[in-house]
Amino acid sequence: MKTTSRNVDGVEILALQGKITIGSGDVQLRDLISQCLNDGKNNILLDMSGVSTIDSSGIGELVGSFTTVTNRGGRLKLLHLPGKVSDLLQVTQLITVFEVHEDEAAAVASFK
Amino acid sequence: MNPDSEHIEITITSRFENIELVQVIAEHICECAGLDDDGSHWVGMAVREGVANAIKHGNRLDTRKRVFTTFDVKDARLAIHIRDEGEGFDPANVADPLSPINIMKTSGRGIFYMKTFMDEVDFSFPDSRGTELVMRKNLAAHDDAATQD
Repeated sequence: MKTTSRNVDGVEILALQGKITIGSGDVQLRDLISQCLNDGKNNILLDMSGVSTIDSSGIGELVGSFTTVTNRGGRLKLLHLPGKVSDLLQVTQLITVFEVHEDEAAAVASFK
Repeated sequence: MNPDSEHIEITITSRFENIELVQVIAEHICECAGLDDDGSHWVGMAVREGVANAIKHGNRLDTRKRVFTTFDVKDARLAIHIRDEGEGFDPANVADPLSPINIMKTSGRGIFYMKTFMDEVDFSFPDSRGTELVMRKNLAAHDDAATQD
């Protein structure tokens, strides 16, 4: 998994690209979120548009990241969710847990 | 490949990077058998989860142990067998990921996804030689459902 990051109005936007699967990307995501929190970046928007594959381990890391950020007083939201990732969140009823946005500006504004 | 009847086997060592190899074969078999792109993707996803379980929970990441996968297509029915060389595990011990007390857990969704995307999912423990997962899919029934949509 490759990531790029930028900060917009205090919101750290992490663009994830590639696979978030067992042994490839799942631990990377955990480390990435930990680094953000350690740097004081508690409002995190994950741009999922570049995610090609995700499995149950990747979904688990998303859930773990959400919990970690929330427990630190921050917020984690999702942007540009690919259809198949959305399907996996739907069937496990996790879609109700995450706040999902399709427009970046609206997503950033929602953190205020 | 003859879409009416086919048997394919693949054996991998217990490395996560090998999962995709089995997944790609599963998707290719489904496509050759006439399943649409989405249907093939979800069968591949179920296979990915099954092989990942075999590597992680069955063989416990022991790279000396292998995962054996067979694909059989006959009369538009797909049967997939995934066997590991581990100690075996009880799938009944896997908690319901939809239960409110489990929904925020970071693991325990793999078997649920398999059951969601396949018609049948069964586990057996042949002669204490690890765990064997059998998944079945009626490819023709999926085509009918897609047509009705």
